[in-house]
Amino acid sequence: MDIRSQIAMVFHLDKCIGCHTCSIACKNVWTDRKGADYMWWNNVETKPGTGYPTKWEDQNEYKGGWIIKNGKLELRLTSKGKFLQKIFYQPDLPTMDEYYEPWTYRYEDLFTAPETDDQPTAIPISKVTGEYIDIEAGPNWDDDLGGSALYARNDPNLEAMTEEQRLQLLSIETLVMFYLPRICNHCANPACVAACPSGAIYKRGEDGIVLVNQNVCRGWRYCVSACPYKKVFYNWSTGKSEKCLLCYPRVETGQAPACFHSCVGRIRYMGVLLYDADKIQEAGVRPDEELVTAHREMLMDPFDPAVIEAAKKNGVTEQIIKAAQNSPVYKFVKEWGLALAPHPEFRTFPSLFYVPALGPVTYSVENGVALNPTSADEIFAPLDQARLPMSYLASLFGAGQEAPVRYAMKKMMAIRTWKRAVTVGDVDMQVALDGLREADCTTEQAEAIYRLTSLCNYEDRFVIPPSHREQAVEVLTNPLEKKGAAGFGFREQPVRGA
Amino acid sequence: MLDKFLWVGFPYIALALAVVVSILRFTWKPFSYSSLSSQFLENKQLFWGSGLWHWGILWVLTGHLVAFLIPRQILAWNSAPFRLYLLETSGLIMALLALVGVVALMVRRGSSSRVKAVTSTMDWVLLCLLLLQVTTGIDTALRYRWGSSWYASNAVPYLWSLLLLSPRPELIQPLPWLPKIHILSGFSLILIIPFTRLVHFLVVPISYYWRKPQVVIWNRKGLR
Repeated sequence: MDIRSQIAMVFHLDKCIGCHTCSIACKNVWTDRKGADYMWWNNVETKPGTGYPTKWEDQNEYKGGWIIKNGKLELRLTSKGKFLQKIFYQPDLPTMDEYYEPWTYRYEDLFTAPETDDQPTAIPISKVTGEYIDIEAGPNWDDDLGGSALYARNDPNLEAMTEEQRLQLLSIETLVMFYLPRICNHCANPACVAACPSGAIYKRGEDGIVLVNQNVCRGWRYCVSACPYKKVFYNWSTGKSEKCLLCYPRVETGQAPACFHSCVGRIRYMGVLLYDADKIQEAGVRPDEELVTAHREMLMDPFDPAVIEAAKKNGVTEQIIKAAQNSPVYKFVKEWGLALAPHPEFRTFPSLFYVPALGPVTYSVENGVALNPTSADEIFAPLDQARLPMSYLASLFGAGQEAPVRYAMKKMMAIRTWKRAVTVGDVDMQVALDGLREADCTTEQAEAIYRLTSLCNYEDRFVIPPSHREQAVEVLTNPLEKKGAAGFGFREQPVRGA
Repeated sequence: MLDKFLWVGFPYIALALAVVVSILRFTWKPFSYSSLSSQFLENKQLFWGSGLWHWGILWVLTGHLVAFLIPRQILAWNSAPFRLYLLETSGLIMALLALVGVVALMVRRGSSSRVKAVTSTMDWVLLCLLLLQVTTGIDTALRYRWGSSWYASNAVPYLWSLLLLSPRPELIQPLPWLPKIHILSGFSLILIIPFTRLVHFLVVPISYYWRKPQVVIWNRKGLR
């Protein structure tokens, strides 16, 4: 057992309102710079849709993630023997056109334009070239299914569905959508790390955050291609790769990352997972239908004395173990089985899990009056008749397997029905309790899920252990060395010159 | 005096600056070491430019290096006409590929507005020098036959004399001006390595072949 601690995340899609506050918070803090202007370390996609960069999920095109070759995991992008072949030109690298060309407006024209009969306009100019740009696409061009004939229709997940389902999904009367906020998954088996020729990308041992060492990165861009989620970005100005750093300066001081903290719908949870790194390779080569289980088997019970002992041997502190025991992520993923990793078939084992979004509550209308539902079936449409086919969600969250998605959806629907029976009382209690039992959920668990979903405070959502960087720093340098240098405005010792 | 500077002083200055400044740059400004790829901004023209250039010049440089290391064997190889033609033709083809490549790269850098946005003066200095180097090389090969032989018999001893710190400029002086320019621009290229994006070839990531696929760094001292 090689127990490591991982800062992990859950995004509760049923609560996401698609407001993009997370994206803006991140943009303002990290990527509002030349070269990074096109990057959205955090972005929110409308699903079905092609996403950002366009069709990132299509690994036939981008060659991201891992494949099994001769019973072993290998990067889809390249093998060790062949990697130099792609160094002069990377056939799988998305270009700026797959994201979008960043632009601004020539606002000064509004002031300097000569007086005419027409209003002056601020024309759009490219942030790369400074020249006039005819804007054809941008991030979230397909927000709320805008242009769905072009975007939603080309969602790679539609391949998992029948022609009939596709038609139904895309016809105007039965359109359906949900939001998918995405950040770096800080995977347990990151493909970007494995692909980096320079060894510049690394996973931090203490919390599993994946970072790019900017001083070691040489801009070979293998990481951009290898990440199946396209969450490593190439800074076209500095010639280095950059990615979401999970706001580690905030996490280290016990604060939630900017995108988490600013989330309006409070959909984001952060907590510690203890996982067994020895199991990664073995879990990675399991067939698609076992991947969700294999991933969950990697996540160890933080109350198990053997796990605790092994964790301590790896330097995991008492406080981190305690945080793991209180982790909302562990509950959502392992205890309750509600949260699922995106595209497990990429085999990187993400540390970000999604609770799938439910369909809308249904009402029947008689003589212009909305009737309250009387049975569980009337609150939500049964899963087989759900507007969003289970095969779509299975393609996104289940490696094509419907069972784990159905389990989560069923449980959430049963809890909503039961809670309705308790608070509103218009659903038969016995039916609600039967529903819970069928969904493999006790009333205690249902209550706990309800509380962590609906009544969660900051401390419930973000259980972030102190990372004691002050102690970690002391291992590497003597903090008192800096004492005499404080306040000079530079980082050298103020030593008398010779 | 000028000859002494060109064939002794300048090469040593170029080599010394290349080594010292590259090391200083690597130590003090490691962030500045990058391939500075612009494929992200433009990748259609780059496919031809970068591919042809790199593959062509790599083989040409390998040829120069091999002849530098084993000049006698090269001369022996060239003693049979068929083998001589084979070596000269393949070298010429590779050099022509590199020529097409570097021209394509120059056209690209001059025509794509996105690439222009990330182009520095030194990029142009470098490209022009590379073009000069390749054209004088090809021209020399075509005019003064057979280049592979007299490179091994005349230029290589000169290069070794530099390396062994007992320079013999008299080996170069009788050469025509074309190969002389080739040699000078070659040393100029070495000189500008640390001042241009050329540093990227100093950090070719061969360690990828033996490093473990996953990199985990712990705060605890010495754990990696």
